[in-house]
Amino acid sequence: MSDSAPILDVRALYKSFGHLEVLKGIDLQVKPRELVFVIGPSGSGKSTLLRCCNRLEEPNSGSIRIEDIDILAPGVDINAVRRRIGMVFQSFNLYPHLNALGNVTLALRKVEGKTREEAESLGIQALTRVGLAEKAKSFPNELSGGQQQRVAIARALALEPVIVLFDEPTSALDPELVGSVLSVMRELRESGMTMVVVSHEMRFAQSAADRVIFMDDGRILEQGPPEQLFNAPDHPRIQEFLRTIQAH
Amino acid sequence: MLDRLVDTFFNWQVMSEYLPKIVEGFVITIQLALAVVVSGIACGLVLAMVRSFRMRPVNFLIIGVVDVLRALPPLVIIIMFYFALPTVGIKMSAFVATWLALSLVLAAFSEEIFWAGILAVPKGQWEAARSTGLTFLQTLRFVVMPQAVRITIPPLTNRTIAITKGTALGAVVAVGEILYQAQTAYSFSYNPSPLTMGAIAYLILFIPVVYFGRWVETRFAWKR
Repeated sequence: MSDSAPILDVRALYKSFGHLEVLKGIDLQVKPRELVFVIGPSGSGKSTLLRCCNRLEEPNSGSIRIEDIDILAPGVDINAVRRRIGMVFQSFNLYPHLNALGNVTLALRKVEGKTREEAESLGIQALTRVGLAEKAKSFPNELSGGQQQRVAIARALALEPVIVLFDEPTSALDPELVGSVLSVMRELRESGMTMVVVSHEMRFAQSAADRVIFMDDGRILEQGPPEQLFNAPDHPRIQEFLRTIQAH
Repeated sequence: MLDRLVDTFFNWQVMSEYLPKIVEGFVITIQLALAVVVSGIACGLVLAMVRSFRMRPVNFLIIGVVDVLRALPPLVIIIMFYFALPTVGIKMSAFVATWLALSLVLAAFSEEIFWAGILAVPKGQWEAARSTGLTFLQTLRFVVMPQAVRITIPPLTNRTIAITKGTALGAVVAVGEILYQAQTAYSFSYNPSPLTMGAIAYLILFIPVVYFGRWVETRFAWKR
């Protein structure tokens, strides 16, 4: 990994919901072209961390910089920042009243101000990248879960983000549909996209991740290359977690 | 017996004499109904969208006014506007009083329906839209409202039909709509046939609307 400046730079991040402290001082740097995989038991704060990175959740303290822009600064144009950060959700969250192309082009037209023609040509490119150009006119309810998630990935890619955040992208999918989404993510990674992935797909992590982060109770317990974290973790907590995951 | 029935309710002479009046009333009812539907639903939609900003004092105000308007019988509001407001210097025609009163009632009910529709749109839709850089208003307009409106169309259609029929209440303050024309003709002719015509006029006007409502209900039934 090169020593270039990080795309995402999180420092001393704290987040509470009421009295419940969910993030207890997270430091995370993600370099260009890096794929960082975040694992950990549910409730450990993985999703919250991701959601703080585009301010779907407001952190209580700490700093988050995307390409050296302090996204928590007062007066920052958060909508401009969010354009640079793609996000893919567990439940896809496609717009049911728009077809696949409409889902992908909405932000291109309304946020980037592109004409319908420009937006649609970019939208088709994005759908082609996820292998769904022929489904451009299909509505979400006409697509399988895996196809819906790939459209959601295309929606994020169309804005040419500098980083894409994946929040359990395959957890809501039937097992036989997981592969198609993972292969899209793998291609994305090979094309040099910077990615942070919260997921339980350990096999994917082992083959595709540059770094795996284990979170527990709002803290990063251990991080390292997948072979190290999966095969020889320092922490007994991680060994235990990996056993429960592999049990099924 | 049958002759007497026909003579009383379907007296051809009386009917032909007063047909122009009923047609006149028909036109006014349509004007009034359209005006109420357009302004009432538009106003309800705007109120629901304002409410989605969740500004506390504003929302308390909206909820308070909406609840009052939903609790009051529309006839009471019409009579207040037409007879009570002039005493404080606010004068309006019978048509305007009826239009305003019914519009406000429809606005109140449709605001509640639209609001329920907005709440029914999953949070993930907001998050997905905002994560692509859409502003709150753009998200509301291009992502949330299209879905909310779709959910609300069946209940809204029913409520709109119910309130639009309330145009007949305008007869009380002498708006020249169908019922008023029919009643006036009845008192001139001493024959209830104009009332029959009035009823038929309402059927001609509202049966298609009721059918439209039923069609809309099946057409927009939300696919899950």
